Amino acid sequence: MTLPETSETREAVRLTIDGAPVEVRPGATLLEACRQMGTDVPTLCYLETLTPVNVCRICVVEVERNRTLVPACSRIAEEGMVVKTDSDRVRHSRKMILEFLGSSVDLSAAEDEVGEWMRQYQAEPARYGPQSEPTVAGERDRRHPGHHGEVNGRTAEGVHQPTKVDNTLYVRDYSRCILCYKCVEACGIDAQGTYAIAVAGRGFDARISTEMDLPLGDGACVFCGNCIGVCPTGALMFRSEWELRRAELWDPDAQSVTRTVCSYCGVGCNLELHTQDNRIVKVTSPQDHDVTSGHLCIKGRFGYDYVQNLGDVDRSSIDEVLAKARRPAPE
Amino acid sequence: MDLRFTDAQPTAAEREAVESVLGPAGMDSHQRIRTASNLRIFATGMQSVSDRRHLLLPALETVQSEIGWVSEGALMHICRELSVPPAEAWGVATFYSLISVDPSPPVVLHVCDDIVCRRAGALDLMEGLESNGRTPGVRWLPSPCLGQCDRAPAAYIQRAGEEDGVLVSMDPQTRPIGPDGGVISSNGHHPSAAVPQAGEPHLRLLRRVGAVNPRSLDSYLEAGGYRALEAAVEMGPAAVVAEIKASGLRGRGGAAFPAWIKWEAVADSPDPVRYLICNADESEPGTFKDRVLMEDDPFSVIEAMTISGHAIGARQGYLYIRGEYPLATRRLRSAIDQARRAGLLGESTRSGISFDIDLRRGQGAYICGEETALMNSIEGLRGEPRNKPPFPTVSGLFGKPTVINNVETLCNVLDIVTDGGAAFASVGTPQSTGPKLFCLSGSVRRPGTYEVEFGATLGDLIELAGGLPEGRRLRAVLLGGAAGSFVLPDLLEMPLTFEAASEAGVSLGSGVIMAFDQHTDFGDILARIAAFFRDETCGQCVPCRVGTVRVEEALARIRRDPQPGDLELIEDIDLAMRDASICGLGHTAAIALRSALELGLLE
Repeated sequence: MTLPETSETREAVRLTIDGAPVEVRPGATLLEACRQMGTDVPTLCYLETLTPVNVCRICVVEVERNRTLVPACSRIAEEGMVVKTDSDRVRHSRKMILEFLGSSVDLSAAEDEVGEWMRQYQAEPARYGPQSEPTVAGERDRRHPGHHGEVNGRTAEGVHQPTKVDNTLYVRDYSRCILCYKCVEACGIDAQGTYAIAVAGRGFDARISTEMDLPLGDGACVFCGNCIGVCPTGALMFRSEWELRRAELWDPDAQSVTRTVCSYCGVGCNLELHTQDNRIVKVTSPQDHDVTSGHLCIKGRFGYDYVQNLGDVDRSSIDEVLAKARRPAPE
Repeated sequence: MDLRFTDAQPTAAEREAVESVLGPAGMDSHQRIRTASNLRIFATGMQSVSDRRHLLLPALETVQSEIGWVSEGALMHICRELSVPPAEAWGVATFYSLISVDPSPPVVLHVCDDIVCRRAGALDLMEGLESNGRTPGVRWLPSPCLGQCDRAPAAYIQRAGEEDGVLVSMDPQTRPIGPDGGVISSNGHHPSAAVPQAGEPHLRLLRRVGAVNPRSLDSYLEAGGYRALEAAVEMGPAAVVAEIKASGLRGRGGAAFPAWIKWEAVADSPDPVRYLICNADESEPGTFKDRVLMEDDPFSVIEAMTISGHAIGARQGYLYIRGEYPLATRRLRSAIDQARRAGLLGESTRSGISFDIDLRRGQGAYICGEETALMNSIEGLRGEPRNKPPFPTVSGLFGKPTVINNVETLCNVLDIVTDGGAAFASVGTPQSTGPKLFCLSGSVRRPGTYEVEFGATLGDLIELAGGLPEGRRLRAVLLGGAAGSFVLPDLLEMPLTFEAASEAGVSLGSGVIMAFDQHTDFGDILARIAAFFRDETCGQCVPCRVGTVRVEEALARIRRDPQPGDLELIEDIDLAMRDASICGLGHTAAIALRSALELGLLE
């Protein structure tokens, strides 16, 4: 998101980041300023194409004369600000946030950087004890705000629960959900305008939910898959990817990505076809593409079956799994 | 935006309840908006189609109170009427503990098991409710502090289709609800008991308690009511702000922020649309002072809001009161009605200004006392705090410049306008001016709301409350509420001023003074505080959502079998919550616990 340049906002803003002076456009965030300088700031809930919600707090930086740390993703740079991106306080908060997430959420399918940050900030999620037992399906979705059960401290409570598999296109594995709000934004105000999902419940029991926790097909979802496109942890996943992972056939190293233009209508959305064994296993769109900003519709995202309708010839080992993924969900 | 609703329909009763808030069905419905003539509005996005979104919580609240729970049919009906996406409305409904989205019996009892009530027998009471078999038609749930610590143990009772109420000073050995759903044990409401000082000549904020009929505008007028507004109108807005500045008045809700800075910023705003909010969501455990003001002197709250609205140029005020204060709600509503009828509120009042007040009820969420969460709650969003800046004086309610002040803060405005800011500033100390209310509870003889001039010491306040009961020795005080800290008797000589508290590294918070004697099980109290924050965090940001859980788990380990490193872990979590959380809840969630551990109260 960029601000239009106007006569009132033309003057550049000068600040200091980690001791070095920097000039940024008026209205720029501290994150933009840091990136402009080549300073790494980790982010989880931030995406260039979405309105910053500043909830993961991993991008916090220290700004002089501020009592608390501030989220770089949404704090607007001000003239004369003195910013530290790698102070003890910053490192401590980032480490703790990674530990909080690592001890409560399954991060095994998260973007690669997460693992790197874990090492960089020496996060030890294990120090909170062994993971609590997963909850049964739907239990977390029924929790009422305001009170909770006994806590004995022997395990670290997590969000682990069975994957929601209620359609043939994608699955929702909320054991992997860090509640970054990206899917809600992409579904609603920032991209799709469908508002099929929102955050429900409160506190540690807060979760992404449809109304009444309905299966996706019974609510407002139009299966554009834009929520999958923005999910940083693999909580939302193509059914094909999920099935292949379960069958231990998912192999990113054996995949190639082919950029093409969607053939369904005249808009010209760019597609990235992820193929493995010469089969399309998922479809994305480049986030920096002018037309899509990474978002697609159901046709571009999921309507690729005809491409690989090969009849009886040339079967590969993953076809059976993919065929299963296209069958209706088990009851 | 293309909203999609399920086919569930409301019952006749649900439809009627919704209509009582939103007006006749179809007024602003989704169907109407999608007619051709309105497609242009539609294309402009959320803003235009959901300009009644702010009625979402009142609609949910009304269905809850009339029917006893919010069914799918009722939810869909509200969503169609307000053009709100059902998933978002679900997110809002499931945010509040007083709203049930599951079928509920007609009577729901929210039994306070917070610090003071659990020491007054709440746990026995709950055990009785549980062990003797459940009463049909009645459900009970544990509740955080209900703001009735001066008459513990207490419960808040929701009754479908009937007025809600509060049961106080219950007998722990008696079941509070009979087989017919009727209330058996409650000693009712005794205003004078809440204010042991009532009638004493030195009182300012509390002088009308017991002396003025809180149900009667005439009685308020006879006692000199509305003279301050008259004076304020005569002085003009700028002069009122100047007097507030001269008074040195600082916020009484907990943050102690100078009131004039907010007032001046909004008064000087170029935006002609501004709002005033009275924060009456008094939910800090151990706090009940605002309840006393609202129940026993509601007109002063309304008059003070009117003066503030006049001073900052707001035509609309909102009074956001916690749902668990039914008596205060009824009295304030009646006061607003009477003031409107008398031409003291409304489009053009007899004093020549234009100002009205909308009362909004919270629905069970401590976090909504945080100013920006409160604004989101009014707007029909989840009560999640916003990142600051921008501050409310720049972008507050509905994105407009907004002053938000606590009830007690506003009530001080009356005397400041009448007597002048300088007179107010001459009371107390230079940094902490005026009178101050404190909520005394726990191990004291006469719990209640007490008014002193700033400068009185902690020991003075405990003396005022009659000291500790026979044979009890003061072990510690929880100062400032669950978000405050424990202090030892060595601070009894400390003046209760902002500056002295700050110097001692503590906070006066919302004025809580909770006394504990030598028989206190601090482990139990700390566990309740840790559970409180875990239950009440909104869950939006990671440090607070997970940090409050990890603190509670660490405390459980410490209580069972302390290990080296436990304290360090809590310090680590606390530091991250203080530094990286979005709002004050996370910043303060582990302070009381850490102070107790550091003072050795668990040993």
